[in-house]
Amino acid sequence: MLRFFILVLLSITSAYAAIDTYEFKDKGKELRFHELSADMRCPKCQNQNLADSNAAIATDLKQKIYLMLEADKSDTEIIDYMVARYGDFVLYEPRFNAQNAVLWLGPGALLLFGLIIVIWLTRSRNKSAANTEQAPELDAKQQKQLQQVLDKGKK
Amino acid sequence: MIPELGEFALILALGFSFILAVIPLYGAATLNTLWMDYAKPLARAQFTFLLISFICLGYAFANDDFSVQYVANHSNSQLPIQFKLSAIWGGHEGSLLLWAFILSGWTLAVSLFSRGLPLDMLARVLGVMGIIATGFISFLLWTSSPFLRYLPRFPADGADLNPLLQDFGLIVHPPMLYMGYVGFSVAFAFAIAALLSGRLDAAWARWSRPWTNVAWAFLGAGITLGSWWAYYELGWGGWWFWDPVENASLMPWLVGTALLHSLAVTEKRGVFKSWTLLLAIFAFSLSLLGTFLVRSGVLTSVHAFASDPERGFFILVLLLLTIGGSLTLYAFKAPNVKSESSFGWLSREMLLLINNVFLVVMAITVLLGTLYPLLIDALGSGKISVGPPYFNALFVPIMSLLALSMGISGAARWRQTSVEGLKKQLLVSGIISLVVGIIFPFIYGDGFNFRVFLGITISTWVIATTAKEFKDKFRNANSITAKLSQLTPSYYGMMLAHVGVAVVAIGITLVSTYSEERDMRMAPGDKIELADYQFEFKGAKKVKGANFTADEGTVVITLEGEPVVTLHPQKRHYTVKRSMMTEASIDAGLFRDLYLAMGEPLGDDGAWAIRVHYKPYVRWLWLGGLLMALGGLLTVFDKRYRRKSTGEVAHA
Amino acid sequence: MPRLLLFIPLALFISLSFFLWKGLSIDPRELPSALIDKPFPEFQVAALLEPERILSKADFIGKPVLVNVWATWCPSCRQEHEQLLRIAQDNKIDIIGLNYKDEREAATNWLRQLGNPYAFNIYDEAGMLGLDLGVYGAPETYLLDAQGVVRHRHVGVVTAQTWVELQAMIQALGVSQ
Repeated sequence: MLRFFILVLLSITSAYAAIDTYEFKDKGKELRFHELSADMRCPKCQNQNLADSNAAIATDLKQKIYLMLEADKSDTEIIDYMVARYGDFVLYEPRFNAQNAVLWLGPGALLLFGLIIVIWLTRSRNKSAANTEQAPELDAKQQKQLQQVLDKGKK
Repeated sequence: MIPELGEFALILALGFSFILAVIPLYGAATLNTLWMDYAKPLARAQFTFLLISFICLGYAFANDDFSVQYVANHSNSQLPIQFKLSAIWGGHEGSLLLWAFILSGWTLAVSLFSRGLPLDMLARVLGVMGIIATGFISFLLWTSSPFLRYLPRFPADGADLNPLLQDFGLIVHPPMLYMGYVGFSVAFAFAIAALLSGRLDAAWARWSRPWTNVAWAFLGAGITLGSWWAYYELGWGGWWFWDPVENASLMPWLVGTALLHSLAVTEKRGVFKSWTLLLAIFAFSLSLLGTFLVRSGVLTSVHAFASDPERGFFILVLLLLTIGGSLTLYAFKAPNVKSESSFGWLSREMLLLINNVFLVVMAITVLLGTLYPLLIDALGSGKISVGPPYFNALFVPIMSLLALSMGISGAARWRQTSVEGLKKQLLVSGIISLVVGIIFPFIYGDGFNFRVFLGITISTWVIATTAKEFKDKFRNANSITAKLSQLTPSYYGMMLAHVGVAVVAIGITLVSTYSEERDMRMAPGDKIELADYQFEFKGAKKVKGANFTADEGTVVITLEGEPVVTLHPQKRHYTVKRSMMTEASIDAGLFRDLYLAMGEPLGDDGAWAIRVHYKPYVRWLWLGGLLMALGGLLTVFDKRYRRKSTGEVAHA
Repeated sequence: MPRLLLFIPLALFISLSFFLWKGLSIDPRELPSALIDKPFPEFQVAALLEPERILSKADFIGKPVLVNVWATWCPSCRQEHEQLLRIAQDNKIDIIGLNYKDEREAATNWLRQLGNPYAFNIYDEAGMLGLDLGVYGAPETYLLDAQGVVRHRHVGVVTAQTWVELQAMIQALGVSQ
């Protein structure tokens, strides 16, 4: 128990920005480096991405990403490389597979479902309101009068 | 002596909370006036003793009483006094005491500002808040007392407060946040009271509204402060990370937004009662869930308190009793609710309901993303992570739909509105928004950008529709000043808050698209250029602070030859905790921030790794958040909340 | 609104609580190895104590082994060292050391002073083998079967209790072969 506390305390005491100075000749690669290191999780830290972590393993992984980018590897290859070694845990963007279907499709489905319910409910309460009201019917002359009044109002 | 007094006061507070939880509720059920009358004095007593307990802990901190474990773990003799006092809520036990103290504060406030409330209603509301207080104070006393001692041998000096917390942010952010979290318990208590009493006319909505609006405003302010604090404190220029603890504060805020709109409709039109009751329960449930997530160790977060599953279990039981109990009550009693009017399928009611759907789906999305890793792990399917890419991908589209709907709702009339009427009202705003949205990325950036187009279009849409609605108020007015004073604080508050949404959207859109950053190795004399600014590093020197030593760099910034500012980022070394921290240096501006942080020293020539950020419109994020909070607070000054009426339903 | 529908929020909450309760017994920071039931990565790295000798997978395939990731900068490794010596003395299974991102001289002195429980040590100076293995901190201990397939990873200090669990797993390996 105490050890756990100390471990946690130790891990939060070294909290400073990780500033690595990688020189990229290619602007596109530099952008991809920033994106990849922002979208990948440091395996050891308490929920930090590689970009913001100064843990040894995060620095190593960033170094590896840098080397792979310089070796003209694609984003997919780099991601697959990391996942093969550290599992899906290291990805901040969960993969779209059967396991994560609820995660990705759930909100959209819920939104659709919610909107349908709202429309259906409003329709049904309108129907019941219409059924209980008994508006007197207007004959043709009264309808014409009504129409005249309404037309006047529109102008 | 004083810590023991604090513990004793806590025990007395528990006693009073327990009586508050039982007697007035029983009195309300049996219509016993004497027992109901006990509610107010019990609320006062509960508050008094929690105040005493809180002061005792503060006293221990102020006097460096390191025989108290909590003080020894979170303070130090060299810690500046303002941080010694803020350290009260710097850890789990103390922040829980703050939670309970703020709860007793809200309970007291409800007992003081409820002249128009029938006695049985007041008794029930205070009783429910007493139940919640009983739960939390029990939790404090049984598992998390801040008054435990290191005796007979205690450390000569404390372990110091985490350097990241030694900042102004600690003084304001947690109290604001807790005012919001805990404040939703009032709306919750009103909903439960309404369900218990069977008094399900729309009067409870009118009573709930000011309390809900204020709680919502505080929570929004707390979230805004948290984002601002993380931005300048953590050294990487980020302002939102979709971290579980951040999400724990956003979820009740989203549902709270839905709630305050739903309450407005219920008050004005007497409809949605069942839905509003559920939202009130939902909002506070999310507050409680947040407490669980942050303190149980179930999720990993940089913000989480050092916690253990035993405490988590206690909170889970609290959750089951409170949320489970309230949802059961809802399921049994809600059918007795009847609507007081009807509305057509195209009406303001309907559109507000749709907005509610958007907000609740947003909250559920955040909940799903936050809990999904836990779900997958509990099912034995391994460990996954869900982070910013997921949340941003789902949140932005729904947010855009909500903004679109906001504009339409404002133009819609109650009960029934026509498509033609809407078209007429909104056409000009629509055209203006599209034009501004298309032109903006060309003028400000270097060409068309869809994300900017989307963000600017919906922000302009919200502002334009709000402005049109405001302008239309003066259509039949004889004098402008008369009309201005005739418009209620509620209305101004609403306008302010809606404009705040647009301001936040503009900030988010521009800062995420047009930010520039570079990490460079800079030796003294080196210059780099970023976003038309020139940065020259002049070298670093050693400086000394109250409880730290630092390397302070000097960077001169110029724009086209004209000097702009000189910044001094620091790399601090805190002596007691022996930890390092980057203190970023920021030149803040309304339209851009220049952000500098120092990394590691590189080489012998005095070179350092320096991070330079250009952040356009980042302040708009927090300005918008403040506007929303101000809007919420403004509504409370509405005259109708000061009337001593007996609970008639107010019609618009 | 049909009465039964009103019970949906309660039902959803109860199911959520079940997962939260289960979550209390899970450690969210514990990361299982991505290489379970996959072969140990190929490598060509120098030995720690004999710099001219190049080690590879062939050097330990043929029987089950423990691979222990350690370094002199890791205080927990110091803690588990006695236990590792005891395991080595038991002679039931070889321990291969993976000296992770360390300095050769410091590591050599450490072993000389504290005892050497390792059959041999791989000197992974840059940590590249560690990366291929999915190491994210020291100490970590891997159990490989006779074909060099990773069967289990233990993160953290190896205690007497850990050794008991490992022995059970080694037994199981022996039976299935």
